[in-house]
Amino acid sequence: MSRRAGVEAIRTRGWLAAHKWLLIRRASQLMVFALFWSGPLLGLWIARGNLASSTLFGVIPLSDPFIQLQSWVAGHPLAQDALLGTSLVTLFYMLVGGRLFCSWVCPLNVVSDFAGWSRRRLGLRGGWRPKRHTRYLVLLMVLGLALGTGQLAWELVNPVSMVQRGLIFGFGFAWMAVAALFLWELLVSPQGWCGRLCPHGALFSLLGRWAPLRIHTPTREKCDDCMDCYQVCPEPQVIKPALKGGDATVPRIGEINCTNCGRCIDVCPQSIFTFGIKIKPSETS
Amino acid sequence: MDESLPPANAATPGGVDRRGFLQGAARGIAGSSVFATLLWSQTKPATALPSQSLRPPGALAEADFLKACVRCGLCVRACPYHILSLAQPGAAEPLGTPFFRARSGPCEMCEDIPCVPACPTGALDRTLKKIDDARMGLAVLSDHETCLNFQGLRCDVCYRVCPAIDKAITLEMTPDLRSGHHAKFIPVVHSQYCTGCGKCEQGCVLPQAAIKVIPIALAKGASAAHYRLGWEEKALHGEAVPNLIKLPIRRPDGQP
Ligand code: SF4
Ligand code: SF4
Ligand code: SF4
Ligand code: SF4
Ligand code: SF4
Repeated sequence: MSRRAGVEAIRTRGWLAAHKWLLIRRASQLMVFALFWSGPLLGLWIARGNLASSTLFGVIPLSDPFIQLQSWVAGHPLAQDALLGTSLVTLFYMLVGGRLFCSWVCPLNVVSDFAGWSRRRLGLRGGWRPKRHTRYLVLLMVLGLALGTGQLAWELVNPVSMVQRGLIFGFGFAWMAVAALFLWELLVSPQGWCGRLCPHGALFSLLGRWAPLRIHTPTREKCDDCMDCYQVCPEPQVIKPALKGGDATVPRIGEINCTNCGRCIDVCPQSIFTFGIKIKPSETS
Repeated sequence: MDESLPPANAATPGGVDRRGFLQGAARGIAGSSVFATLLWSQTKPATALPSQSLRPPGALAEADFLKACVRCGLCVRACPYHILSLAQPGAAEPLGTPFFRARSGPCEMCEDIPCVPACPTGALDRTLKKIDDARMGLAVLSDHETCLNFQGLRCDVCYRVCPAIDKAITLEMTPDLRSGHHAKFIPVVHSQYCTGCGKCEQGCVLPQAAIKVIPIALAKGASAAHYRLGWEEKALHGEAVPNLIKLPIRRPDGQP
């Protein structure tokens, strides 16, 4: 390994600036759960329910499209509140990029990031790497299971549901899901859950197909190939076209699997990456 | 340098390595199928509701409930008495679904049933408007050997705590053959009125309740469609068997 990603950025821009988006993102993840905790802890009910379905301020319904889709495929017609809640959430992620859920909301992202960070720190190499498209097969499998069993069968094992529910309603043995995921990504399969198997993230990535919010690389000619962004990115394959693509591609990440985490912005010593809005429709994917 | 650099990782088909892609896809499909089969085989045992766990009022029949409930806990939050909880990993109930236990915390039968409109998916049926129409389970006086009233005493607690007293549960007087000159007041549950709230089970004074509320499918028998009860027929039609042909009675003279 050449050097630790971000060291150069910290040197040139200072620690805080080189961790800006990471910190904002952790704050966002904490905030999401704080909305649910304020009720039981302080008696101040901002959000009720959990990430599967909730009401904000007692009126705005929000529902997770992945779980509602399973329920619908299993044979239950969408009820009015669930339909409205799912539409609101779907619209939001269509605008900001579906996998924003993964990096800004999902609590397992913290676990996955921590496993990745530990790997880099410990210098662990190798491991099992299923293809990145495997998650879409898992998504198909999940929907097939719902159809075949007439139940939300995946929800019996879905660690995303288990952990977010655990954080809001009490853990039980859900800690085991956290521990298992950490060990899996640390020792067996690097980025092996979020990036390769999780069907929850797979569906969300599809939602972000036309999202205008993207990472842009307007000054990409300044890139000095330090590779720091590739090191920290949970989906490094999305960077190359935006950074190195010829005239055919535009200086922006078009790939649906970019999680809009902003980590590349943080660590780039040349400050090449920025958040931006994609004005023109229909470009790379 | 990190192992996961782009070229080694190109997940796109049609590019460098068509064969690798096909192999990967085949592996993925095989792996998913094995996993799906395992999970499928587990859905039955993992979704059987234990006999002492009850669903909130208005819950659809269990099979439909498991399609509909997204395990969000909005019903749990809506219940002012905090009787509902979501099943945690390791619990006997299907993971994440809401339930309550009669003995530790029965349903208080709120008049406005706040848990029902809170449910966003219709897993709790919003057409349930009167809590008396709820059928969360059915009370069964399962142990005649320990129930105090069956011993000829006057405990009556289950009867008195029932929100539908004298309808869902009544005391039926029978002679106490042991003493020879007392009466027993036997608590009898009527499924037509019992909401399955669980108050009676919670109230039972014994260390282990002699009356228990269990899911209706477990509690209820069913009589055959062709069975007729003479006394009911008589009340309905004025006679037990309508249009019965009266035959002449032939018996030896002098006998009654
Ligand atoms: S490209 Fe940047 S924003 Fe997108 S996932 Fe990678 S590090 Fe995050
Ligand atoms: S009727 Fe009232 S006490 Fe019973 S479960 Fe619903 S909210 Fe709770
Ligand atoms: S509110 Fe409805 S969907 Fe949510 S946990 Fe309760 S029954 Fe299930
Ligand atoms: S469960 Fe018990 S207390 Fe509740 S309605 Fe039935 S008989 Fe009455
Ligand atoms: S409370 Fe228990 S012991 Fe008393 S009459 Fe009812 S079932 Fe019997």
